[in-house]
Amino acid sequence: MTNSISGFEDAGCIFIIGTNTTACHPLIARRIYRAKEKGAKLIVADPRAIQLTRFADVAVHHRLGSDVALLNGMMHVIIKNGWHDQKYIEERTEDYEALEKVVSAYTPEKVAGITGVSAEDIEQMAELYAKNSPAPLLYAMGITQHTTGVDNVKSCCNLAMLCGNVGIASAGVNPLRGQNNVQGACDMGGLPNVMTGYQPVNDIKTIDKFSRAWGCSLSDKPGMTITDMIPAMLEGKLKGLYIIGENPKLSDPDWNHLNHALKKLDFLVIQELFLSETAQVADVVFSAASSAEKDGTFTNTERRCMKINKAIEPIGNTLPDWEIISRLSTAMGYEMKYDHPEEIFNEMTALTPKSYAGMTYERLGIDGLQWPCPDQNHPGTPYLHKDGFARGKGKFHGIEYKDPAELPDKDYPFFLTTGRMFAHFHTGTMTRVSAHLDVEQTTGYVEINPKDAEVLDICENDILVLSSRRGEMEVPARITRAVPPGTLFLPIHFGENPPNVLTDSTAVDPLAKIPEFKVSAVQVRKLELGLVEKTA
Amino acid sequence: MDYKFVPSVCPYCGTGCGVLFEVIDGKLVGTLPNKTHPVNEGKLCIKGWNMHEFVNSFMRLKQPLVKTFGRFMKTEWDEAIKITADRFKEIIKKHGPDSIGVLVSAKITNEENYLAQKFARAVIGTNNVDHCARL
Repeated sequence: MTNSISGFEDAGCIFIIGTNTTACHPLIARRIYRAKEKGAKLIVADPRAIQLTRFADVAVHHRLGSDVALLNGMMHVIIKNGWHDQKYIEERTEDYEALEKVVSAYTPEKVAGITGVSAEDIEQMAELYAKNSPAPLLYAMGITQHTTGVDNVKSCCNLAMLCGNVGIASAGVNPLRGQNNVQGACDMGGLPNVMTGYQPVNDIKTIDKFSRAWGCSLSDKPGMTITDMIPAMLEGKLKGLYIIGENPKLSDPDWNHLNHALKKLDFLVIQELFLSETAQVADVVFSAASSAEKDGTFTNTERRCMKINKAIEPIGNTLPDWEIISRLSTAMGYEMKYDHPEEIFNEMTALTPKSYAGMTYERLGIDGLQWPCPDQNHPGTPYLHKDGFARGKGKFHGIEYKDPAELPDKDYPFFLTTGRMFAHFHTGTMTRVSAHLDVEQTTGYVEINPKDAEVLDICENDILVLSSRRGEMEVPARITRAVPPGTLFLPIHFGENPPNVLTDSTAVDPLAKIPEFKVSAVQVRKLELGLVEKTA
Repeated sequence: MDYKFVPSVCPYCGTGCGVLFEVIDGKLVGTLPNKTHPVNEGKLCIKGWNMHEFVNSFMRLKQPLVKTFGRFMKTEWDEAIKITADRFKEIIKKHGPDSIGVLVSAKITNEENYLAQKFARAVIGTNNVDHCARL
């Protein structure tokens, strides 16, 4: 996030696109309600009728995957009416002409044809967003999990810069991170092309610095992303895999394909709290301690690095992840000797000058510090790009709308999208074993519009068979107007109704390699109960 | 009776709400919101309020497991670590360091992520490091 969670309260207008905030980030949603109470406008764009829709000044349900068109349409209206921030554009950005040229073709009427949103609604959204500064834009996986994920994000940035909304308090472009420490995992160099603090691995100075600090030679060749690793397993190029705290059998696209790939591995190690779907097929499972059983730090979506403290001793014969990694490393001949995570933290901050260098456990206290925090006297940074963008000037990109990889057709007539629901989390490993959460929702389900249910003669809880070009799965029906006719929604938490049997592993964004979980084409039929024919 | 509150951070979504773990006689019995925390100001969602439940779940793995002839056997740490180290060394020797991948995690701490990528880069010798940010 460029800005801070608490700042949303003081916004003039909040634009929600592709985040079901009340279900997935409830304590951020609370700030949106607060802002509403203080008089802010609220725009919600989501293919589904999410809870925030009810509180919105304007709510639209654009067709799945049509985000670029919708955003271009808004920008078209803003420029046509002269509502853009000319001074900001001149002083702080470049390539505005490229944007203007592309969006000039996206008239509200044309965009209405692509998105299914009326021209009047597009005009109203544009006016509310442009005229009520500061206006933060909030998004989540609804923007990113597309073959056009990078285009979608760039379009969000275009809109924010067009109205001077980046680099000021209570505004910005704010991707809501879905996991407690996904920000931290990226910051710590948990990516194939960068070390800590996004220092590139193919930069000679970076490699030199880390080689000296770690006392070994390092590769300067960027590695494989998770989406590259799967085909590499199938081709026999990737032989061993060490997975820490992740359940790709349920979280990665195309279950059948992945299952096949995992079987090809010579050796699979999983470090987990539970015997997840993926752990079950591992060769070795390390039993890890939970976050209540260790010290360390997490970095949240607003770049706030916060301390977690050990409350209880590790349960059973489990070890904190840092201790497991240290032991394994030492066993392989590279000694890692740490008595406490604080030593590791200090080693990391010394190598991460721009963002984490000014942090110490003592300084973090309870409230934590927001990076960049480059030195010991720096108070942390509530919002980014205050006096200029990291790259100098903010760059506009003219982006044309592209269709998703798969659209409904004669054989697979329904749109399918996936996401989370309020009581559960990701692949459900943590929430489904929690009694008070399990009772809220014990099984998987698929949302289907009453009109579609009537045509297909479906009643609530009937078992439906959904099939795509990748596979087929069964799931009980939930009839609701939350989804528009022709669109289905599947939550991702339930291993017995895995949505990734249906989703496509080849439909990924070319740059970010993120799979298009939000758009697939499927076919629906009712499972006919009765005599079951025996098959061999 | 020994009791204490321990400040920590919720491990579910990326919001990062401040919590206080309630610990009685060494057992985690509850989760409370931290009233003065800058993120959540004394509020939590249904997942946060019930965080202690997954920690105490009977489903938790309590011992390292090693698969022998298709079945998991409970193992001591030293042995599980040794088996893993030997297999990784064998793969590196036969197929080179880039034949191994390490998936770090959005659920473990910064310190642990730092060590995990250091393990991949310095110990295995590959940049095949990624995690579930895209998923």
